[in-house]
Amino acid sequence: MNEFPDVRIPIGDYVEKFIDFLAMNFGWLFDFIFVIASTTIRTIETTLLATPWWVIMIIVFLLGWYFNNIFGGLLFAAFIFLIGSFDLWADTMTTVAIIVISVVLSLAIGIPVGILMAFSRAFSVIMRPILDAMQTMPTFVYLIPVIFFFPLGNVPAIIATIIYALPPVIRLTELGIRNVDDEVIESAESFGSSRNQMLVKVQLPQALPTMMAGINQTTMMALSMAVVGSMVGAHGLGERVLYSINQINISLGFEAGISIVFLAIIIDRITNGVADRLQNTRRRSA
Amino acid sequence: MTVKIKVENVTKIFGPRPKRVIPLIEKGTSKREILDKTGHTVGVYNANMEIMEGETFVIMGLSGSGKSTLIRCFNLLNKPTSGAIYVDGENIVKYNKEQLKFFRQKKIAMVFQHFGLFSHRTVMENIEYGLEIRGLSKTERRNIAQKHIETVGLKGYENQYPDELSGGMRQRVGIARALTNDPDILLMDEPFSALDPLIRREMQLELLDIQTRLQKTIIFITHDVNEAFRIGDRVAVMKDGNVEQVGTPEDLLESPANDYIVEFTREIDRSKVLQAENIMSKPLSVMNSKDGLHVAIKNMEEHGISSVFVTNRQRQLLGLVTIDQAIDGVKNRKTIDEVMSTDVVTAHPEEYVQDIIPRVLDSKYPLVVVDETNRIKGIILRVHVLSSIISNTSEDSNEENAEEQSIPTETVVSE
Repeated sequence: MNEFPDVRIPIGDYVEKFIDFLAMNFGWLFDFIFVIASTTIRTIETTLLATPWWVIMIIVFLLGWYFNNIFGGLLFAAFIFLIGSFDLWADTMTTVAIIVISVVLSLAIGIPVGILMAFSRAFSVIMRPILDAMQTMPTFVYLIPVIFFFPLGNVPAIIATIIYALPPVIRLTELGIRNVDDEVIESAESFGSSRNQMLVKVQLPQALPTMMAGINQTTMMALSMAVVGSMVGAHGLGERVLYSINQINISLGFEAGISIVFLAIIIDRITNGVADRLQNTRRRSA
Repeated sequence: MTVKIKVENVTKIFGPRPKRVIPLIEKGTSKREILDKTGHTVGVYNANMEIMEGETFVIMGLSGSGKSTLIRCFNLLNKPTSGAIYVDGENIVKYNKEQLKFFRQKKIAMVFQHFGLFSHRTVMENIEYGLEIRGLSKTERRNIAQKHIETVGLKGYENQYPDELSGGMRQRVGIARALTNDPDILLMDEPFSALDPLIRREMQLELLDIQTRLQKTIIFITHDVNEAFRIGDRVAVMKDGNVEQVGTPEDLLESPANDYIVEFTREIDRSKVLQAENIMSKPLSVMNSKDGLHVAIKNMEEHGISSVFVTNRQRQLLGLVTIDQAIDGVKNRKTIDEVMSTDVVTAHPEEYVQDIIPRVLDSKYPLVVVDETNRIKGIILRVHVLSSIISNTSEDSNEENAEEQSIPTETVVSE
């Protein structure tokens, strides 16, 4: 009586066919992306590994001191030292490299998209559900198609990370630009600013504090993808965590896990510090 | 004076299809009904006015009267739904993008109620913004901006951010930023409303001061009648998107077009608007020359008054002769010039009544209104001052009575 009628709408099949189609016909494109991405990761990774540990520690200390306070700087340096003492230095640098490239690409895509959304209501209406889907779709689901396009390793992890980490920077860029005070826009307009001048000289700088919050969110979300990314073969700390789950190795699991937390704290506090600093010198005058 | 801006039948309606609403308004449908029926807001309806070069033109009205909508039509932040605005004879509504950009960069600048400053730029960077987008080099624009920073008294604040300044200081930045573009026309949208009363008063005076030096055409929006009358050469009163009356402050007080204007101006301190020439009365009769002290005495007797003002042929004020002085002069065979007192209290025709009051109260004799060449324009009695301060409903009869009953002095012309 109460059974669902025997209808099957195979959206999943269609998506699969579409993915197949992409993989068959655009293989060259994905190969190209793969080469570029993997080379970049390797370069960043090698540079980081070639840098003496104490140099990195000092840089972290100085950033912490400048954007927070001297205690922050000391704390962050201590975190770095602890990570080194866990014998996870190389893995950490790999994770950092993956996050850096994911975040840079997210910003490169996300900021222009956010700007377009701020200017076009239609585009914004179309994009919103897509962004919702990107954030709520369980991350493992888009790991599957990604491994169709790329060999297992860091590159599919980066693509998955970008998909997951992109929405905050897009949303907050849009929000930041839309929320610029009307009178400020009017005054820029009343001086005869062109559209580009308006964007570059007024809207983006005014939106910057909000955008920084988005950048901070994006970075944190990218970091939280470290472990998930390792399921498609990403190296680094995530890989260590997965390994210790398989081995039921509590000691390694905790050390790798806490290292991710340390990275998260350092990155969060420093990006937040940058945002605060912008906010302080450029508080809204309205 | 030439016409700088001519506003012709300007209507601005907000909403998806504004043109369709125009017939409704023509039928006399109210703003409220139009909003309920069609979802359109009538900002300004059929505004007409001419603004002269170098004039400070105030548009006054309560909130929602359409004054801010109208001022934004002058630089096309709002594009009128219909009608034309001619600036120097060109219809700016028809401007294309390039022409509009040029117009905004060179000819017109705006000051905003909440300042509209760029909080991410320093005072200097705010002020030079207009020049920056015109593509001037850094040294060039800094030089020009520095001049205007000094004009508005912001020297020493160049490198501060707007949020580090007080409200009054921020609006100075707004004004300097507008002046830096050296526009012909300055639009000011309630620039002092957000400031506290003391600062507001100070800024008004400074604006008047700047205006005497620079002679811009200023369009100034306010909801404050006192402010409007203090700084406006002419005032337009708006209500519900309609322009109710355009005229000088005195016009609005003396001959209001309707009850709304009367209501609006009731609050006004008339002594700050009316000037000596508005309240003075003409000296009743002028006596011929060569008339000496005898004639003066006779004149005083005839009119039952105790003193007369003495002028020469050009009606330039020489002094005052009282009856005692005149009789004394006749006895001792002196001339008018020898007996009259020359320390007569005078007022300029354009002096405000409030500034005259103390002199009127202190003086035993009427105040003489004389122009720059010392010619007698009229006289002011205490009654004049009093009746001018009371509203205009019964003014006419008061004034006549006053003249008949109590003019105690007359003018006599000496050689």
